[in-house]
Amino acid sequence: MSILIDQQTRVLVQGITGAEGSFHTRRMMEYGTTVVAGVTPGKGGQTFDGIPIFHTVRDAVLNTGANASAIFVPPAFAADAIMEAVDARVDVVVCLTEGIPTLDMISVKRYMNGKKTRLIGPNTPGIISPGKCKIGVMAGYIHLPGRIGIASRSGTLTYEVVNQLTKLDIGQSTCVGIGGDPVIGLTFLDILQLFEEDRDTDAVVIIGEIGGTAEEEAAEFFSQRMSKHVIAFVAGITAPAGRRMGHAGAIVSGGAGGAREKIAFLEKAGMTVVKNPGEIGDTVARLLAGPA
Amino acid sequence: MKIHEYQAKALFKAYGIPIPRSALAQTPAEAAKAAHELGTSPLVVKAQIHAGGRGKGGGIRVIGTPAEAEMVASQLLGTRLVTPQTGEEGRPVETLLIEEALTIVTEVYLGITIDRSRSCPVVLASKGGGMEVEKFAAEEPHKVMIEEIDPAVGLRPFQASRICYDLNLQASAVRKISGLIFALYQLFIEKDCSLAEINPLVMTGMGDPVALDAKLNFDDNALFRHPEIIALRDISQENPLEVEASRYNLNYIKLKGNVGCMVNGAGLAMATMDLIKRAGAEPANFLDIGGGATAETVREGFKLLLADRDVQVIFINIFGGILRCDTLARGVVKAAAELVVDLPMVVRLEGTNVEKGRQILSDSGLKFTVASGLKDAAEKVVAGLSSR
Repeated sequence: MSILIDQQTRVLVQGITGAEGSFHTRRMMEYGTTVVAGVTPGKGGQTFDGIPIFHTVRDAVLNTGANASAIFVPPAFAADAIMEAVDARVDVVVCLTEGIPTLDMISVKRYMNGKKTRLIGPNTPGIISPGKCKIGVMAGYIHLPGRIGIASRSGTLTYEVVNQLTKLDIGQSTCVGIGGDPVIGLTFLDILQLFEEDRDTDAVVIIGEIGGTAEEEAAEFFSQRMSKHVIAFVAGITAPAGRRMGHAGAIVSGGAGGAREKIAFLEKAGMTVVKNPGEIGDTVARLLAGPA
Repeated sequence: MKIHEYQAKALFKAYGIPIPRSALAQTPAEAAKAAHELGTSPLVVKAQIHAGGRGKGGGIRVIGTPAEAEMVASQLLGTRLVTPQTGEEGRPVETLLIEEALTIVTEVYLGITIDRSRSCPVVLASKGGGMEVEKFAAEEPHKVMIEEIDPAVGLRPFQASRICYDLNLQASAVRKISGLIFALYQLFIEKDCSLAEINPLVMTGMGDPVALDAKLNFDDNALFRHPEIIALRDISQENPLEVEASRYNLNYIKLKGNVGCMVNGAGLAMATMDLIKRAGAEPANFLDIGGGATAETVREGFKLLLADRDVQVIFINIFGGILRCDTLARGVVKAAAELVVDLPMVVRLEGTNVEKGRQILSDSGLKFTVASGLKDAAEKVVAGLSSR
């Protein structure tokens, strides 16, 4: 098993004919992802590498049974694209787009209230269940099927951690990039809940960063409800306050969101917090080897 | 994006939020003229910089006469104002806002921002202005009134009036202040703000609310639909290297150390800074050249690092993933050769064809130290520093 996506996942790609969309659709198919449809308004009826293209998400779902969507749509139109996928009752929507206005995402979140779709991102490298399905832009080959779950706010730092684990022969059940924006779909807390319920995940690594309180909320859930080990890293201990560190979400304002405060909170909740980013893999290995 | 107080107040005025009578000055003569034309005394001279804490830094002065206005202006204009929020380099003072001083009966804090965990805008209010709101909210949460706004229906009248009653404002002022809260909310939404703050909002002896200060920050991701806001950008308030970086879509922030870092991806860039610090050195900067690093972005990144005289060692940390390391390594070598990079360079590449990439770096004849893995890289960076 794994969380959110597996061999049964049938993916449609919104923006399949764009530069990013077409490039990454091919990489996803090479990895073994079942891509069943593309959506580009105005190009319905055409095909992309043999995959049928539809004008609308609803048509794509009705005709192909797609149950997940990858969104490669420019920022100005991405919020609408997410809502279209939610309206078509797609189970999992992965929005790769970077740079969506925060107020647009607030409308999206409100629109999703009470609906079944689960949103990953935006501004995420995506999600991968190694050996089964990849929806996103990460390199597949660094991953190894296994029993460690990963949730992260950043892209290349996740590759770094996955690489450390794979080199130690520690495989992953699912790796989820939750996204680097202030307002996102699934949070660390949501992902921890899913991993806790997943029989094929033994422990979880969360890769947080400065800004917001998502790590703290996850830590509260962890201390009250979770039986599995959680190893955490928080990037940005050297970041100055008041400056946006690349990600729109990575900004320390006032007393909230600083790395030191986060680390203290996570440690108090009982998570294993790694301070040196070079030692995340080693720490997981040590925990797995030690008495449970 | 940040703008000046006077620019924010111009937007306030356009939305019907009362502001003090005022004039701008960019020379001492203009300051005297402005004071004369305002025709009232006392007046307040306020240095316009993109940072708070101006009062503590001597950037806000009360004066009585046009002659005093001229004197204070000559002291402030052309200097760099240092406040608790600017760092030691300060910010250049090029414009002064000269305002009538008001008789203040009460003052309150009013702000609108985004609550990330609730995914909605929130209106914040509290008695007594002047504080830094996030800090205040964290330390004394019970003293801050918070109204969550449902984005589907927007701010409701009952919420605006509830804020007024909770602030114990005079009943006669409720209607005026409710209207003001609505105006601020409309401005926040229409202009895609990330923060709209009136600190303090004062009640005058005449019973009128006036925005004594004004702070507006905007969502960078939404600027594409607000050319009128982009036009308000004042790059003199920003670090020149950071401005240069933004032209190439690079994220650069100047720091205090001497290890120049070039990394792809914000999270890995932050982790790289942390790594260097843990190894006992100090990062000279945060530089994210984008997750999909290319030879071009590497080249522009090099230029930034070389323009910073504090940099003694360069550390390039690129996790390519899908990107081919051999192509990337050729880009790194070419840029370093063309720009005559004379500093020791520690390079850590990871991605497709990583062995080939490392070979290209080793064979280049340039001062590359090739590292594998973060721990190895950290050691080599520190060794590079001590060899100088």
